[in-house]
Amino acid sequence: MSNKEWPLFEVFIRSKQGLNHKHVGSLRAADPDMAIENARDVYTRRSEGVSIWVVESKLITASDPKEADSLFEPADSKVYRHPTFYDVPDGISHM
Amino acid sequence: MTDFSGLLKRLTLLFVRKVVHLYKSFSSMKEMDIAELERRFQEKIDKEIKIEPNDWMPEQYRKTLIRQISQHAHSEIVGMLPEGNWITRAPNLRRKAVLLAKVQDEAGHGLYLYSAAETLGADREQTIDDLHSGKAKYSSIFNYPTMTWADMGTIGWLVDGAAIMNQVPLCRCSYGPYARAMVRVCKEESFHQRQGFEIVSKLANGSPEQKAMAQDSLNRWWWPALMMFGPNDDHSPNSALSMKWKIKRSTNDELRQQFVDITVKQAEMIGLTIPDKDLKWNEERQSYDFGEINWEEFNQVISGNGPCNKERVDARRNAKENGAWVREAAMAHAEKRRSRKERA
Amino acid sequence: MKELFEYTLRMADDSLILGHRVSEWCGHGPILEEDIALTNIALDLVGQATNLLEYAAVTEGSGRSADDLAFLRFDRDFRNLLLVEQKNGDFAVTLTRQFFFDAFRKPFFEALAQSKDEQLAAIAEKSLKETKYHLKHSSEWMIRLGDGTEESHARVQQAVNDLARFTEELFYMDEVDQKLISEGIAVDLNTIKPIWKAHVDEVFAEANLEMPEIKWPQKGGRQGMHSEHLGYLLAEMQFMQRAYPGMEW
Ligand SMILES: [Fe+2]
Ligand SMILES: [Fe+2]
Ligand SMILES: [Fe+2]
Repeated sequence: MSNKEWPLFEVFIRSKQGLNHKHVGSLRAADPDMAIENARDVYTRRSEGVSIWVVESKLITASDPKEADSLFEPADSKVYRHPTFYDVPDGISHM
Repeated sequence: MTDFSGLLKRLTLLFVRKVVHLYKSFSSMKEMDIAELERRFQEKIDKEIKIEPNDWMPEQYRKTLIRQISQHAHSEIVGMLPEGNWITRAPNLRRKAVLLAKVQDEAGHGLYLYSAAETLGADREQTIDDLHSGKAKYSSIFNYPTMTWADMGTIGWLVDGAAIMNQVPLCRCSYGPYARAMVRVCKEESFHQRQGFEIVSKLANGSPEQKAMAQDSLNRWWWPALMMFGPNDDHSPNSALSMKWKIKRSTNDELRQQFVDITVKQAEMIGLTIPDKDLKWNEERQSYDFGEINWEEFNQVISGNGPCNKERVDARRNAKENGAWVREAAMAHAEKRRSRKERA
Repeated sequence: MKELFEYTLRMADDSLILGHRVSEWCGHGPILEEDIALTNIALDLVGQATNLLEYAAVTEGSGRSADDLAFLRFDRDFRNLLLVEQKNGDFAVTLTRQFFFDAFRKPFFEALAQSKDEQLAAIAEKSLKETKYHLKHSSEWMIRLGDGTEESHARVQQAVNDLARFTEELFYMDEVDQKLISEGIAVDLNTIKPIWKAHVDEVFAEANLEMPEIKWPQKGGRQGMHSEHLGYLLAEMQFMQRAYPGMEW
């Protein structure tokens, strides 16, 4: 029975032009077209979106939280990538 | 030749020792790890850092959440039925549309919550089967019948009101997906309570017949609404751990008191009487004292013996069983289309 | 104008009665996602009915409100198609009924959006957006069910066989239509029929479904000649207004 159940899809919604699609949750659907329609009915009942992405949950590869240290900490130490690392003399604007 | 076999023996021995050593250090690392992981986990919680699906979490935390989230999801879905009972009898076009939208929202809430439970590895259909077999619980309130139109008002006012009181703190729950689902739910909930209060006030200010209908409805729903907050704190065994893990932020009794204090005033404003002879203002506590809840009734309803438990679960089970061929057809069709595409 | 009132009422009643039927599914759908989708359709239809009844009330000009028209008319005064009052049956019956209706409503609203009556044109324009979505939804389901499992195919073919006799009435016209067509207000349904048929044929081809031969089409809804189902529907829908006359809710 359970293999006859509809697969799980993750839903991403762009809430307005100019913003990224953001993960909002998941739902079940027999195919991707249906997933889009269901997402419209489930996640945009109050006009929360202008664009929808769906992807079958099993197709997503996620980084391992156990490796979060080695994946993300090196970037933490590279403060020179952030503009606030640099001193700008007084009087200089638009930079 | 003999030398060589001796070497082989020594090498094998060395290898075995190495493996045993590795295994020993691995298992001791594992023990140390769990204590350490638990410490780090609690540290995160204390620092208000959210726990996300693949993060390490104590098994009990996962179990507690799965139980709570799926019970909550079931409550939303079963909760569609008492109000669904009046959709086809709503008294005017506006009320009909509002009630439909409201009940539909509850379906959405159920879905958001099942979706949060799935992130913990709880398969939705399995969870739903547990509801249908009576293994899983849901809010006791939905096992009472909606006899009159006034009940649509009272449910929105009291039941959604109590739900909001329970749910607002859950928006800060330590488990990310649950907290995010609750933020969505809470946003949608506030219209539910308002439309309910609007219905009740309309009746309370209407004809004597309407006013009586509103009062009768309040009489029937008041006590079940208070039961929604769960057992008294001293009878709520899981509470302490849930508080420590920040799954819960306030105790059952705190929330219940808050609800009484707010609701009594609202009832006064529209001229309805709370059906509790022990209800009185406590100057010292700056709160209302109220009567004892009938816990025997609560326990009976929770364990399946309420007036509508059977009807509610039957309705949900029928929906699933009658829909089986539809879901199968959609899957079969999707399969056919996929293989046709592949062949092309 | 009497004709405009009559014409608007016919459309309004179609939306009202079908919306009522679809709303009966709320809480009982085959899966949560579809429960929500069906409720959306019901909500759209109730919304259309409200707009149309409000306009009908204005054109009648006798002081009756939209709610009066919905909740205080008797069976014989309802003008909806027989198709939309048919019972929900299983999911196949509900979707087939919806499909036949949506396939009509979409080209109908497209044409009505050009009406010289600005109010009707505006309602049509708004309703068209919703109806396009309804038609997509019901067409896809017809294909899924028709080309799904053996069981689903049998069920949906049976639903088609049972409901086909009500489809002729979609294109029913009389002197009300003729008068308003001559004024550029109403839609000539003779132009809608081939569009409807083409869409039904296309979907049925993909769904492996067959339209049965219709030996004796059923009609009468536009004159208030209904099936036995409408009485029960109204008894339920109008219960509050009948039981508590003159009260506000
Ligand atoms: Fe809810
Ligand atoms: Fe809730
Ligand atoms: Fe609610």
